[in-house]
Amino acid sequence: MSRAWLAVYLREMLILRRRFFRQLFSWSVAPLLYLIAFGYGMGRNVIVQGVDYLDFLIPGLAAMTSMTQAFAIGSEINIARFYWHIFEEFQAAPMSHVEYVLGEVLAGVSRAVLAGLVIIGLGASFGVVLTYNAYFWGAFVLNSLVFSGLAVALAMLVKSHADQAFMNNFIITPMAFLGGTFFPLAHLPSWAQQMLQFLPITHAASAMRDAALGRTPDPFAYVLLAALGAAAFAGAVFTVDRARD
Amino acid sequence: MIDLVELRKHYKALEALKGVSLRVASGELFAYLGPNGAGKTTTIRILTGLTRPSGGRALIGGHDVEKEPLKAKRHQGLVPQHINLDAELTVEENLIIHGRLHRMAASDIRSRIDDLLGYVGLEERRTSLVKRLSGGMKRRLMIARALLHRPGVLFLDEPTVGLDPAIRRRIWSLIKKIQQDGVTVFLTTHYIEEAEFLADRVAFIDEGRIVALDTPRRLMDGLGQWAIDVYRENDMVTRYFPDRESARRYAEEHRDGYTLRRVNLEDVFLTYTGKKVA
Repeated sequence: MSRAWLAVYLREMLILRRRFFRQLFSWSVAPLLYLIAFGYGMGRNVIVQGVDYLDFLIPGLAAMTSMTQAFAIGSEINIARFYWHIFEEFQAAPMSHVEYVLGEVLAGVSRAVLAGLVIIGLGASFGVVLTYNAYFWGAFVLNSLVFSGLAVALAMLVKSHADQAFMNNFIITPMAFLGGTFFPLAHLPSWAQQMLQFLPITHAASAMRDAALGRTPDPFAYVLLAALGAAAFAGAVFTVDRARD
Repeated sequence: MIDLVELRKHYKALEALKGVSLRVASGELFAYLGPNGAGKTTTIRILTGLTRPSGGRALIGGHDVEKEPLKAKRHQGLVPQHINLDAELTVEENLIIHGRLHRMAASDIRSRIDDLLGYVGLEERRTSLVKRLSGGMKRRLMIARALLHRPGVLFLDEPTVGLDPAIRRRIWSLIKKIQQDGVTVFLTTHYIEEAEFLADRVAFIDEGRIVALDTPRRLMDGLGQWAIDVYRENDMVTRYFPDRESARRYAEEHRDGYTLRRVNLEDVFLTYTGKKVA
């Protein structure tokens, strides 16, 4: 494989650099509001699963961010495809579909990691210092890979900007709130708990929370996320080929 | 350099290409003319790997665009009809990304950027954001980008559409210069004068079929040298003559309003299809 994927990645990073301060502001607003509303609003004395609620919340926010920011690469591709027509430049280049998907997926993961660092920084400013070890970042990156690959795959299937917004509203937003990010799944009826086990975000949030709170995560979460990441990547390669017509 | 053999494309019920065959020689400037929706852009999209053909073959430099897409793509550069530059990046950044997509070494990219920005007259705009460039500058940048990796074939899809006449002339002289440097140019246009001025050979395409293919001179000579447009009430009839004297005699016999002029490629297209190009 050649290094043409680096060109795809470089382009996304150059655009990110040009918009960095706007992007930093955008990454900070939602988590800051959650921290104020759920942290100060609910009070620091709320205990969930034996820990302070803010300690419970920060890994959940990080998991949600790894999903939303990785998936946001789909919106960038959508704009590049339908507004700037840059996608044609990639299609006409001597580059395989695997290389294109690799460049975009890694760009999605990079955006997610940067946004994750903002969450951790905001958490620290609220006095929340947890364990951000290899287990934590492993789950973070794998979850980002899943949603980045899914974003590339879906960005090739949609036909307009409106379709892209539809994907965000009907796929990502429900997962963001229901996947164990803001509250323990144990509070839900058992049938709902079982259904939510099908969401990758549920396993990512659980693994990242366990790691951040100094516990050993369930290895199954990593195996599942890696398998889903590989499936999403393969799906993206398939849909990039289909996008030729 | 370019070979199309019975190339076909259909979009559901619509047959965009109905078996197009042609050959473009190395170093030739070939114009592909036709009205909107005739199949010009579809042909270029298939040749550049953007669209999958429904049948037939397309080869660039001997490489089948479907069976050996990466090899075929290495031989070609594309300037699409619409501006497809990264507006948020600089002129130089756009070129660097293109060079890396084409697996060029960093030092080679730098020296080619130096050469090409001078070639298209944008050396002063190297660090400008693309969104600050005029329409003509963006077109020239797209041409520079398409040439960066030294392609043997350059596809220009309506390269002067929407540009004012002065800028259009400047792009024409650039296209001539590119051909003189040994690049095969495949140009689609619906500007008749563009094809007349630039092309070694012209193919007329209409409703997915090639209706005429030859040098502009031979196509026009097939009709005659002179044309008379005779105006009758709300209608206009055009007649063709081998020389100016016979055209004048005809005009004197018919006392309606008329215009005497040279035969052009528009006449050729009109004769073959019964419709105007643009």
